[in-house]
Amino acid sequence: MSRFSPLEWPVFRQFRTADSTGRSSAVVSQRTRDITSRTETADRVVQSICPYCAVGCGQKVYVKDDKVIQIEGDPDSPISRGRLCPKGSASEQLVNSPGRQTRVLYRAPRATDWQELDVDTATDMIADRFIKARRRGWQDTDDQGRPLRRTMGIASLGGATLDNEENYLIKKLFTAAGAVQIENQARI
Amino acid sequence: MANADCIIIQGSNMAECHPVGFQWVTEAKARGAKVIHVDPRFTRTSAVADKHIPIRTGTDIVLLGALINYVLSNDLWFDEYVRAYTNAANLVNEDFQDTEDLDGLFSGYSVKDNAYDMESWSYQTTEQHDQDSDDAAEPDESALSTHSAYHGYGTSWDEHHGEPQDRSDETAPEEHEEGDDEREQAGGDKYGSGGAPVGPGVPLRDDTLQDPQTVFQILKRHYARYTPDMVQDACGISIEDFEYMARAIIENSGRERTTCFAYAVGWTQHTLGAQFIRTASILQLLLGNMGRPGGGIMALRGHASIQGSTDIPTLFNLLPGYLPMPSVRTETFTDYLDTISARDQKGYWAYADAYAVSLLKAWWGDAAQAENNWAYDYIPRLNGPHGTYQTLMNMLADQVEGYFLLGQNPAVGSAHGRLQRMGMSHLKWLVVRDLNMIESATWWKDGPEIQSGELRTEDIDTEVFFMPAATHVEKSGTFTQTQRLLQWRHQAVNPPGDSQSELEFFYKLGQRIRERLADSDDPRDRPLLDLTWDYPTDEHGDPDAEAVLAEINGRHLTGENAGKPLSAYTEMRSDGSTSGGCWIYTGVYADGINHASDRVPGSEQDEIASQWGWAWPANRRIIYNRASADPQGRPWSERKKLIWWDEDQERWVGKDNPDFPIDRAPGSTPGKDKRGGDALAGDDPFVMQADGKGWLYAPKGLVDGPMPAHYEPQESPVANPLYAQQQNPTRMTFPRWDNLFAQSAGKPGTEVYPYVFTTYRLTEQHTAGGMSRWLPYLSELQPEMFCEVSPELAEEKGLEPYGWATIISPRSAIEARVLVTDRMKPLTVRGHTVHQIGLPYHWGVGQDAVVTGDAANDLLGIALDPNVHIQNGKVGSCDIKPGRRPRGPEVLELVSEYQERAGLTPATSNTMVTDPQRELTAEQIEDGSP
Repeated sequence: MSRFSPLEWPVFRQFRTADSTGRSSAVVSQRTRDITSRTETADRVVQSICPYCAVGCGQKVYVKDDKVIQIEGDPDSPISRGRLCPKGSASEQLVNSPGRQTRVLYRAPRATDWQELDVDTATDMIADRFIKARRRGWQDTDDQGRPLRRTMGIASLGGATLDNEENYLIKKLFTAAGAVQIENQARI
Repeated sequence: MANADCIIIQGSNMAECHPVGFQWVTEAKARGAKVIHVDPRFTRTSAVADKHIPIRTGTDIVLLGALINYVLSNDLWFDEYVRAYTNAANLVNEDFQDTEDLDGLFSGYSVKDNAYDMESWSYQTTEQHDQDSDDAAEPDESALSTHSAYHGYGTSWDEHHGEPQDRSDETAPEEHEEGDDEREQAGGDKYGSGGAPVGPGVPLRDDTLQDPQTVFQILKRHYARYTPDMVQDACGISIEDFEYMARAIIENSGRERTTCFAYAVGWTQHTLGAQFIRTASILQLLLGNMGRPGGGIMALRGHASIQGSTDIPTLFNLLPGYLPMPSVRTETFTDYLDTISARDQKGYWAYADAYAVSLLKAWWGDAAQAENNWAYDYIPRLNGPHGTYQTLMNMLADQVEGYFLLGQNPAVGSAHGRLQRMGMSHLKWLVVRDLNMIESATWWKDGPEIQSGELRTEDIDTEVFFMPAATHVEKSGTFTQTQRLLQWRHQAVNPPGDSQSELEFFYKLGQRIRERLADSDDPRDRPLLDLTWDYPTDEHGDPDAEAVLAEINGRHLTGENAGKPLSAYTEMRSDGSTSGGCWIYTGVYADGINHASDRVPGSEQDEIASQWGWAWPANRRIIYNRASADPQGRPWSERKKLIWWDEDQERWVGKDNPDFPIDRAPGSTPGKDKRGGDALAGDDPFVMQADGKGWLYAPKGLVDGPMPAHYEPQESPVANPLYAQQQNPTRMTFPRWDNLFAQSAGKPGTEVYPYVFTTYRLTEQHTAGGMSRWLPYLSELQPEMFCEVSPELAEEKGLEPYGWATIISPRSAIEARVLVTDRMKPLTVRGHTVHQIGLPYHWGVGQDAVVTGDAANDLLGIALDPNVHIQNGKVGSCDIKPGRRPRGPEVLELVSEYQERAGLTPATSNTMVTDPQRELTAEQIEDGSP
């Protein structure tokens, strides 16, 4: 359709279409007609749950080229019925924020800055330190000779932002290692 | 909540902190429900409520206790409900003495331990009456020996395995639970899915409720002085406002109508937080608002899976499913099980042995056998509290080498930020796993203590590992939201760069630790080496979260169903034939189907929406819903019907999954030889309680009293108007020069910190900011730390709107922009004006976030609730003055100048028993002398 056609003049459009009040299709420009929403071009949509508070609002995660391009409320959720609060609505930025740290960093004793490490090296270093701290902080019995079989050399804090499966592995591993000082936000 | 006729939001700013959940309050209101908001601040919740009632922070028990008194003294309770479903008729031990008798203490208080012996709080039972009738409360020593005498009680567990033994022919060990033990182990929160065990024997009742020793009469006497005048005096609430609230609740409770309460950390973060919630529970039971649509007490929790991380606890005192961590006092497996329940008791805790053995089988597989008590000794033992604040004290004493922070930012989010950061500077190594470079990862180079010169980067020996984490869309797994609903998230994309989920990181860390110890013959390493740690992995070596969920659900290990998932926790056995990592979650993976990912759209279901996610236990959406029907099994009213007894089918039927044995007829009275679920009578709706009843009075389970009593906060300018006892006498304190508290109750020095501050959250920020202050959108919406003050206070102190103010507490001094607003109202309390200051706590000092600022939590001291060890975070004393805080070491000088002027020492406000005269009385109580 030529953009110079007199039929495209707004007043003609208004009468030509059923939009007699001129508040609907008659006033949509070609540019607007050419635009499609990001959500329509997504390769796939994945159902998820908002990571902020404990209401548990449903989210739809729109993915294109293996990147999250948009996160919206899930109208199917009987809890949230498609709504999200400012935080939930901003959660695409939680994933794609330019300030997010995606590299392992290490600060040596007394150092004034970070240095980069690869994940494997860092995990090995942590495993070595874990075993040493566990041994050094080990207590076989209390002062009355009652068994303790634990270590006080290691502690952990956090879990309320994590998945049940993750908390399960954390508690399982730490308990088997004899670490008891395991805590999370539920006590904060 | 959408079904409620009246909603009381108290201790929560629901519209701003849980805005999407608040749509259900709005729906209820649109249908005509009355909404009342009780809060120190006028917020957007208040703006849409029918009424906002400002309250002095920390005085909620006075208000709720007065409502209880109003109900009891005006004969307004729901009589049939109370008689049938609560312990109102139970008779309490003659030795019990109330706070009314002892001016703020209950009987059994030990000055030595700052804890209660709960013996005198117990019920009168048939057994007691069969015995000698002059059995006074046992002194501590003999109680201890009783305790150790039954360590080897009965036969050993080896002979007990298999079906639990019938103990009806044996004398059950005398129940004895010591307050100091419970207090040390945060005993209160192990009852997250049920009540405490009650003693042996059948409790005696007086169904006329007239005996002075009935729970009902005791409750009446306990709250007699909680009057509207007292509310006005203590809370600063007018008598008209109190009566408006009382009428709204009464008019909207009963057969036809229900009232719902909602709270958040405004109720929990106090030195008697658990008791705030207890007071509301008593009121709701008296009015028949529990287990019914539109009733109950809603906890509005702040993290996506904070409920899940309590159910499957990364907490020191619990194992999954609210099983307690073993302590030095439970040397054998039998001892351990005895502390959870008597296996011949009523209710589903009687099967604790099956839950515990199934857990041990899940963790240690074939290494867990009857011969080694199912590897019970592989679990480390507690001998005291190891909560996050006790761990902090250990850090400061150089006893902790390594610390993992997993999506938590204690430098900003925990009480007393300065101590948190100082504690971390004592570590050998610190692993921070987060999405962003939070202040807890950078305090060593840009924290406030570097700026004040207290710490020097070049002197700090702590190694710090920053390990990037995966976001919620970069991994699959379940969150448990605040109504116990598990919802599965499908993975959308892979984590970027080095980022890993906790599942992957801990799985791989566990593998490496086990590899390094593989050749060890040290018995200390057996629990790690025997651990079941073999999950299916994808091409990146990441473990499959669904396989972990299946392990949590549990499976049959033997017989024709071997390998098949369990369908319900009632299938768990104590003979090693089943496994299951968290008994309350059993059923989420029934038939091998991940029910947490059930997603039938809400529009295609009724309002219960049972096919969206999966709620523990057994996909029940309203727990204790047997109480929604009358004792005969008929709904209390058509309007409030939920489940009912169907005579023809001889089953409970209805909209929700019945939380009751499905074929137990309303009138049935199982014989005394029955145990567990089989022993529940047809009118015992509270199926996890050892007596099947809702507790108006808690003979056990709470370490600071069987009924809530009002105490003032740890530091409060106001003297307790009810008792000589100023503060909770069992609260946990840490008297140190770096954790000072202001003077209380008008003692000399109180005027140095004359104002009360409270902390809170905003819609556009999240907790300590780790997931919000790095997002440009949210940072733009709430860019800067501020304080809310009333026009009167601004006038008094010369605070300029939008200018700066410095707020000084006995711990720290911070600066904030001034917001002068009549949302803050000065209250008149006991003839004095109390000004309250509101402080959002999202900001922290650092350089990496989009927005930074001083942290409100730096002002807080550390004093804890004795039941659950939560910090007193919602109330403190401070001063405020115009202008920015000093920079460098001068800020420390300012804080010390205030401390000296107020004459503070570690003893200030840390006295446990307030009146020295009364310490004698307390000693007498302990000695058992009159």
